[in-house]
Amino acid sequence: MELAGLISYLIFFLTFVGIYGLLALGLNSQWGYTGMLNLGIAAFFAVGAYTTAIVTTAPTDLHAGGLDLPFPIGMAAAMVTSGLLALGIGLITVNLRADYLAIASIGIAEIVRLVLKNATEVTNGVRGLPSIPRPLTDLWPGYGEALYLLIVLLLVVVVYLASERAYRAPWGRVLRAIREREPAARAMGKNATLFRLQAFVFGASIMGLGGAAYAHFVGFISPEAFDPLFATFLVWVMLIVGGSGNNRGALIGAAVVWLIWTLTETAVQQLPENMVTQAAALRTLLIGLFLQAVLILRPRGILPERPPTEVAPPAK
Amino acid sequence: MLVDILQLTLYGIVLGSIIALGAIGVSLTFGILGFANFSHGDLMTSGAYIAFTVYTLLALPLWLAFPAGMLGAMAVALAIDWAFYSRLRRSKGLILLISSFGAALIIRSLVQIVWGPDNQVYEPGIQMAVRFGEDIVGSPGLRIKPDQVRILIGAAVLVSAVHVFLRYTRMGKAMRAMADNPDLARLTGIDTKRVIVWTWVIGAGLAGAAGVFLGLDTRLHPDMGWFILLPIFAATILGGIGRPYGAIAGGLVIGIAQELSTLQIPPDYEPLVNPAYKPAVAFAIMVLMLILRPTGLFSGRST
Repeated sequence: MELAGLISYLIFFLTFVGIYGLLALGLNSQWGYTGMLNLGIAAFFAVGAYTTAIVTTAPTDLHAGGLDLPFPIGMAAAMVTSGLLALGIGLITVNLRADYLAIASIGIAEIVRLVLKNATEVTNGVRGLPSIPRPLTDLWPGYGEALYLLIVLLLVVVVYLASERAYRAPWGRVLRAIREREPAARAMGKNATLFRLQAFVFGASIMGLGGAAYAHFVGFISPEAFDPLFATFLVWVMLIVGGSGNNRGALIGAAVVWLIWTLTETAVQQLPENMVTQAAALRTLLIGLFLQAVLILRPRGILPERPPTEVAPPAK
Repeated sequence: MLVDILQLTLYGIVLGSIIALGAIGVSLTFGILGFANFSHGDLMTSGAYIAFTVYTLLALPLWLAFPAGMLGAMAVALAIDWAFYSRLRRSKGLILLISSFGAALIIRSLVQIVWGPDNQVYEPGIQMAVRFGEDIVGSPGLRIKPDQVRILIGAAVLVSAVHVFLRYTRMGKAMRAMADNPDLARLTGIDTKRVIVWTWVIGAGLAGAAGVFLGLDTRLHPDMGWFILLPIFAATILGGIGRPYGAIAGGLVIGIAQELSTLQIPPDYEPLVNPAYKPAVAFAIMVLMLILRPTGLFSGRST
């Protein structure tokens, strides 16, 4: 009994690490590769989750859609809608200073939150979207969660390999060049606008995929789940802690920070009951201080970025 | 109809002066320290709550508690600068932005731990609005609450004081020079460290004041500053970064636009913009500005 509980907890834990790993990989191609500051991860995460929910739920009167389509279509649709949102915001902001993108992206996140809350015909408002199906549960009854973990891990592996390939490809090299010295990249004839836009859309659609993976796992989504703290800030902490620009770092960061975040939950549960609301704030405080400490003491993260070297390093 | 427009404009000026007080600080820190400070809204929150404690706990009159809010926000800003930003100044500006995003959450969670997550008000009960101007604008005249008059007067006094400071003091001139061109300012031997301290004193002081005003106009809540951050950024961008005077104009434009967006034409129709989407108005103006003139309205003019 004890062991079964532990295993199911472990599955739950790893699934969340996988979902956050997807978000961190998405952010890495925007911030790590290209230096684009997206503080509106919550927007793309939420749009992905809502898209797949609308596409895959059974017909219903509660919200738009209910198309009852299989989940791979939902996930693909999630990537498309979040990518399109990124394209829209990117066309306006990619060529401005990174600070403007940061400001515009929290704006987008805020608007998405308002729409989710108020466009009740489409999203069922604050009451949220229930009964999002979890795939493959019928295939092996009783082990649905384990199977779903495998799906999430598969997604993580595929996205990791694709990101890693992109990073090592000439495409990734151009992104790094733009990040380090844009005028030089432009002087080499690279269309920095286009490359930035591509990286932004690429990252955002991975975040959308993460949102879809989340929606099918928890089965119920509401605007509250896409609070900037959980959906944006934690992902940033993960990428910075793991190592910006390093895909393996992004995944390790997701695991380490999610572990710390879970441990702080256990820790604050020891507090007296009348301090429950304070306890949640205490966790935020701790993770905020943790980020500051990492930024100051180990700004390159656990696994610093290691761009591929073309020339063999000189012998000692 | 005209009365409605004037009434909403009046409310817009009240909201706009709160936004403007915030935007001056964001514009100065952005211009001088080189990053968009995402914790500015939460500095406002901290000032509002510190004034609240002084007001209720020490039972001081509000005009005495108000400077305490300003001083409190200054102290918070300087503490954060000392603890985090000062250690990151050598890294790229974007790292400071990320750090400020973290600082925003740190301040907000501290506010929640100390004061709890519920709404608070400075003065319980509903304040009666005063009617005036019936003979000029026609029936039923315009309404304004005494607190809103206080906000307008307070904002006007503070903006004038900042104007005098920036215009006529050595430090004010140094700050404007830094905001205009940091490298050139350094070359002329301006003491950057002192300028940074004064930037926080002015910026956070105004933020604390704006926080108290916002709490006076609506209510106190740990998220109050975070939710007004977007209009403040919009006002900053509208006015042009590093342009405190532009920020004032930007604040008023955003405030008035947000209030006017709820106008009903004709009077019993649906409002132009569903009030739930009011924050989106600021964002829409900002996006329009970023497309048409990303350097802001006042970029060409050196103040």
